[in-house]
Formats: sequence, C-alpha cells, structure tokens
Amino acid sequence: MAKRSTMVFFTTTLAMTGNLWAQELVVDQKNRSFVKDGAEIKTLDIKVGDVIRFKNEDPFFHSIFSESETAKFDLGNYPKGQSKTVTFEKAGKVDIECAIHSKMHLTVNVK
Amino acid sequence: MMLKSRKYRTFNRKDLLAQAIAFGLVAAPMVAQADAGYVYEAGHASLKEWLLPDAAPSPDDNKYSEKRANLGKQLFFDPRLSGTGQVTCASCHFPERGWADGLPTAVRFQGKNVGLATPTIINLGYNDVLMWDGRMPNLEKQGFAGQGKPADINAGSTVEPEVVIERLNKVKAYVKLFEGAYPGEGLTRESVAKALAAFERTIVSRTSPFDRWVKGDKSALTEQQVKGFKAFVEKAKCVTCHLAPNFNDGGFHNIGLKSFGDADHNAGRFKQMKRKSMDGAFKTPTLRDINQTAPYFHDGSAATLKDVVEHYALGGMVKTNLSPSLPQDIALTAQDKDDIVAFMNALTSEQPMFVYPVLPQN
Repeated sequence: MAKRSTMVFFTTTLAMTGNLWAQELVVDQKNRSFVKDGAEIKTLDIKVGDVIRFKNEDPFFHSIFSESETAKFDLGNYPKGQSKTVTFEKAGKVDIECAIHSKMHLTVNVK
Repeated sequence: MMLKSRKYRTFNRKDLLAQAIAFGLVAAPMVAQADAGYVYEAGHASLKEWLLPDAAPSPDDNKYSEKRANLGKQLFFDPRLSGTGQVTCASCHFPERGWADGLPTAVRFQGKNVGLATPTIINLGYNDVLMWDGRMPNLEKQGFAGQGKPADINAGSTVEPEVVIERLNKVKAYVKLFEGAYPGEGLTRESVAKALAAFERTIVSRTSPFDRWVKGDKSALTEQQVKGFKAFVEKAKCVTCHLAPNFNDGGFHNIGLKSFGDADHNAGRFKQMKRKSMDGAFKTPTLRDINQTAPYFHDGSAATLKDVVEHYALGGMVKTNLSPSLPQDIALTAQDKDDIVAFMNALTSEQPMFVYPVLPQN
C-alpha cells in the first residue's frame, strides 16, 4: 500500500512538473519589491518545472503578471498573507511586474 | 507518529477551502488592510518611516549642484523655452499655487483644455514614476519629452524643439551658464532637461507640522490632528495607498470617480499598461502641501479636502472597475472626517518667500 502511494506521488509529480527535481521557491512581495530569503531581488534563475510561490507580505494589494511568451500569467489582485503559484514549464526569460506598483520588476531566467 | 495521525485525518469543507486558498486555487475573501503598527506619540520610533530623506535622489549623470539648480530655475520661468515664446513651465506650475494652477483641469496655450488637473511638482524627486498615467520614469526623461512638439510647453506651436535649442544657444549668457553647470555637454535638449530636473528636485516639502511632530515636537500637531492621523491610518485606511514617507505608493488606482462613468472617460494608466484593472486608474498623488493644490483628483472634481474624504467614505461612486485598495467597509463619523481634514492641513511646509529668477537677455 505504502509502495503504491509512493509510486502514485512520484508519477503525479512527474506528470505535473516534468521534472523530478523541481522545487518550489517563495518570492515575497514586500515594501513594493520582490524579495527572496529576506533580500530584494531583480533577477532569479530557476529550472524548467520549478514553481514560484508569490506571497504578498505588504499590507496592501499586489497584482502580479507576465506578458512574456515564455510564461504568460495574471495572478489578479491579492491581499496580504495570500500567495499564488506559477509553474514555469518552458525555458526562457520571463519579465514579471505588478500592475499596480510601477517600480516592481523581476526577471526570471528559466533554464 | 505524525504520519500515522495524518493517515486518519479527515477533511471538512472548511479545511479544504483553506487548503485551496493556500495553493492559490481559490481566491480568499478580500479583506481590508491596514496594519501599520504605529504608536501615535510625537517622536515615537514607529513613525520614523514618515521622514523624507534630506535630498531627493538624483542620477549619477545629474548630481545636484547649485549651478545646475539655478540654471534650471531660470529655464523653468523662461518663455523662450517654448515654441511659441509665450509659455513657461510656470504657466501651469505656479509657485504661489502649490506648483499647480488652481484649475480643475489644465488649460494650455490658446485655450486648449487638457482634461486633466495640473499635478503639483512638489516632491516629484522622491517619486518612482511621473505623470498621471506614469508614462515618464524620471524627471530627466520628462524634461526631454516636455520639449517635444506638441507636448507640454510647446502646445500650440509648430516650432521644432531643435529650433528652440538653437534660439537658446544664441543667448551667450545661457551658453556660459551651461558650460559652468554641465562642462563639455553643451546647451542641448538633454542638458536643458537635466537642468530643469536639478531645479525640480529642490522643490520639496518635508518640514511640515507633521514632520516636526514625527521628530518629537509634541506641540506641532493639535489633538484633533493626531486623532485625524490615526483615523487616516486605521479607520479610513488612506495609508493603503498614501504610504510613508511621501504619502504615495508609486501606484495606480481607479478610485471610482463619477467621470469614469462617462463613455469617453480618460483611460489613464491603461494607455501605458493594457490591463483591465488599469482602465481609469491614475497615479496616487502625494498629500504633502495638499491644502495648497485644490481642487483635487485627476479630474479636478473635488473642490475641497472635505469633498475628497466624503468620496472615499462612500467607497467611490462608479464601482465598475474599482481598485481593490479602495476600502468599502469604512464608517467614518462627521468628527472622523473633520479630524482627517485637520490632519491633512498639517502636511504643508512653511516655505521662504519664493524669488523669481532674473533671465539672461543676451
């Protein structure tokens, strides 16, 4: 039973991410900046299949989106404490912005 | 042990919803936010974020110097900078009217109405982004674009900006002043923009009664103004967009003005960023020196600060594309509204008498 559960877990993970070693990274929105591990970041290198969890740590809304061909998405408006995830399935450069706050830019290089 | 207990765990609907929210599958209910954690006492450490830096930041290729700022001041008031020779930057940005014009919407040369209020240029140097729709990233770029045809001071003119630069180069005193301020750069459209930016960065407000109170002067604010600040932060949640230290957020919001309901409404930020939420969204203005720049809002539709507060107390009038940051659940008493207005009246800095520049003639 345990073996079967493990197999189902790995098969599901592989199907969802295409990468057994895919990881989830947390990028906070704090002080109207993109922050990882407590430091502001302008660029981030990740691997195909990785997931970024965008977490709003500001006491106001953010609205994160990308128009890049590599990964187009729009997370909509979300308040403090809420997070949304994006899986990056293609290699390339992804420019990410906040629709509300003009100074927020993050370039994600998916390798 | 933990695995074992997880095995027998059952999920109810509340658990499943919480998990769905955590994984971003379902939007959580929108909640009002204002968690500033201030202690409303003069000089308290929690308030220090409201103090502006001593000088507005400037780019490496246009660091502040007195020569640059003085030259920019002359250009700001010189009609020879315009194609018509009859308009200056101060034709809309009057120093005696809070560096705005006191009109609901700006009227340019030959009576053309721009349809937008003239924004103040106070504290622009501290901003992330310029213009109501955010189309300019900094003062240098704005100063360059503003010389274009038919932009800003060149409205109503058929004269190319290069002709204006040629005209200014015939004023020997200007050529000399440019050489002193920007050695080797010449008198060009770029150096004109830089000088204007250097001057504009000196137009600041950071010594208001509120600033003095934040620094520890208990007598700088009245009891009503302190109550107004608290209501501004906690009850009315104005601080959601009017953030420390410059009372703005470099952001764009549709605040539900009546004019947004017009079929031909100004799309604002949407012109720069094609996202639905930006239709009718405009840049959050600073509130510093705000009692000097009536009327208010980008369409000039609020005559007084009290009108502004009443608008927000309603949560906006046209709510079809409202910013999520606009609180809908506030209940302000008449006293709260008066207190908030009293607080905003404490955001104006005393300025020395403004002295207009003498312009070089030849």
